[in-house]
Amino acid sequence: MPAVKDYVTKNKPTWCPGCGNFGMWEALKRALSELEMEFHDYSIVWGIGCHGNGADFTKTAGFHALHGRTLPVATALSLTRPDLKVIVEMGDGDGYGLGMGHFVHSVRRNIDLTCIAHNNQIYGLTVGQASPTTEHLMKTVSTPDGVLEEPVNPLGLALAQGATFVARGFAGDIPHLTELYKEAIQHEGFALVDVFQPCVTFNKLNTFTWFRERVYKLDETDHDPSDHTAAFNLSMTTFHELTCAPDECRIPVGVFYRDTETPTYNERAVATDAPGYKRAEEVRDISKLLDSLG
Amino acid sequence: MAEQKTVATTGNSVVAEAFRQCAPDVVAAYPITPQTTIVEEFAKIVAQGRVHTEYVTVESEHSAMSACIGAAAAGARVMTATASQGLALMWEELYIASGMRLPIIMANTNRALSAPINIHCDHSDVMGARDSGWIILFAETAQEVYDNTIMAVPIGEDPEVLLPVMTCLDGFITTHSIDRVQLMDDDSVTAFVGDYEPQNALLDTDNPVSHGNFAGLGGPYFEFKKTQRLAIDCSKGVIERVGEAFSKLSGRPFGLIETDMMDDAEVAIVVLGSTAGNVRYVAKQMRAEGVKAGLVKIRCFRPFPVEEMVSALSDMKAVGVLDRADSFGAEGGPVFLETRSALYDLESRVPVVNYIYGLGGSDVRLDLIRTVYTDLSDIAAGSASLHGMQYLGAR
Ligand SMILES: Cc1ncc(C[n+]2csc(CCOP(=O)(O)OP(=O)(O)O)c2C)c(N)n1
Ligand code: SF4
Repeated sequence: MPAVKDYVTKNKPTWCPGCGNFGMWEALKRALSELEMEFHDYSIVWGIGCHGNGADFTKTAGFHALHGRTLPVATALSLTRPDLKVIVEMGDGDGYGLGMGHFVHSVRRNIDLTCIAHNNQIYGLTVGQASPTTEHLMKTVSTPDGVLEEPVNPLGLALAQGATFVARGFAGDIPHLTELYKEAIQHEGFALVDVFQPCVTFNKLNTFTWFRERVYKLDETDHDPSDHTAAFNLSMTTFHELTCAPDECRIPVGVFYRDTETPTYNERAVATDAPGYKRAEEVRDISKLLDSLG
Repeated sequence: MAEQKTVATTGNSVVAEAFRQCAPDVVAAYPITPQTTIVEEFAKIVAQGRVHTEYVTVESEHSAMSACIGAAAAGARVMTATASQGLALMWEELYIASGMRLPIIMANTNRALSAPINIHCDHSDVMGARDSGWIILFAETAQEVYDNTIMAVPIGEDPEVLLPVMTCLDGFITTHSIDRVQLMDDDSVTAFVGDYEPQNALLDTDNPVSHGNFAGLGGPYFEFKKTQRLAIDCSKGVIERVGEAFSKLSGRPFGLIETDMMDDAEVAIVVLGSTAGNVRYVAKQMRAEGVKAGLVKIRCFRPFPVEEMVSALSDMKAVGVLDRADSFGAEGGPVFLETRSALYDLESRVPVVNYIYGLGGSDVRLDLIRTVYTDLSDIAAGSASLHGMQYLGAR
């Protein structure tokens, strides 16, 4: 059984010292190890961004996709290799910006995969522009006057579109994140784990300290993860005034919603019929039809 | 002549500065290495109130070009910048921009295409767009980046042309290196580019027109395309005219191609972009050694300057075309195919050979260019035979 230290390649991580990606990486390796995943049991698909550089450091039969295009690749993997646990590692720019269309459609299909979003609320790799989850009014190099738009609400969006497992993690709490990953990987259907991953270099607002002062664990509350409306309402409370005090803006982490009843696309596709090429019609004799045309 | 000041700056800063001076109504862009600093600097300029531009941050390059198209159709002067995968993602929209005859200006900071992932210079991005109907200009230096960007505006907006213009600069080499550039005073640039008088603008609601309607099956699609072809053919004269006026203003010569040491040359290298500098340096060395080496740098790739290429190259004993992009499955790279085709109608046959170089930013060493000149000299002397395309210096 691989140990935590075995899920790596000989390449050393290139992330900035202190980057939230380290915590997420550690949690993923722990989850794989605790789930006793052999290398032939899982596959990881990365997008383009700092998060995607994990493709070079993580041992897997993996795929480093184009910017924004993790989910289509992972969908194909999931449908053709039901024996694999398919894991997507996407960025907030990558997955909620350029790849947003794929996100919504993968959710509504309930594809059996685990979608981990490295949500640092900034474009890290291209050095610090606003991303679709950057806080409203925050100033970045691409938005010197502050972001005009409201940020994307990934959890709310996933819930509205029928996601069957929706959770939020924090890269600064590795044991908690490990548990979320384990549950998400074991979940049958589309499992979203949106992880607040501080970018220590370019996001000077949403830092480790900023999150530490605000996060609280849902499993220490009376939140019922089978209550869709409660989950949705909770997802709506994460957007803050830039200056809001820690006791005013609280950030729930943990499982927002879990639905184990809805069948996955994988099950439905198999249940309806054989793969498309096997469903092709029998060859038909059309000579009579041709004759009628003279 | 314009008043000019000499500054030390990068190719990307120069684009931002030229954009400011041309005062676009709208800039919509998405970040991608090595274009990013263009848009960042421009965003800062907008925030400082130094230009009155509607600056739109979008979520992809497809959206960026779509926003540019919408704005241009509404009658705005529009600019953007991209590279590599970004340009590839715009592909669908590139054809809309040219087909709708919208004179959008776009800086493309040449970068290799995936896969495998690479962020460094080559021309495979723009070469994928070479048939998209855009006018395509190349720059060797940051100075040429500045000049091309400003000239692009009156070229694209000329009522005879009305086509989008892409100005290319080599990723990192030109985008990020510090270079010496002469910048013109604002008033001269303002007067030179003039005001944009859009035709059939969507915002002219008193005279409503729709854009983008169906033109299939018996519709005027075919004729539309013919006028588009006429427009880009006609742009050649406009580019020359604008170039001449610009030369007067700036004191810097401009031609569709630039020839160097070609008067008595016997062997010549044809090249685009920053590598022209390396080639010029080696050509001078070769001359000192008795090789009659020359250089043809293409500044305007679309429309392709056929007559100029023919008159520059018709007497050569051997021509080497350097391509920083492959046209996989074709006989050679895009510049080679164009160049050899241009020379086809000549009575005398000019031997033309092709070298693919510098893909994904691989080093364009001087000794590699020297091997090209040596190779060409051998072909010219008859001691070597013509050969198929070669990957220059690939391990
Ligand atoms: C089509 C395309 N456009 C732009 C880029 C440039 N690009 C690379 S990574 C990135 C954003 C990264 O942000 P995010 O997805 O949040 O990942 P992070 O780096 O923060 O992990 C961009 C815009 C690209 N690779 N492809
Ligand atoms: S730029 Fe930010 S996200 Fe990227 S490695 Fe550095 S800290 Fe991490």
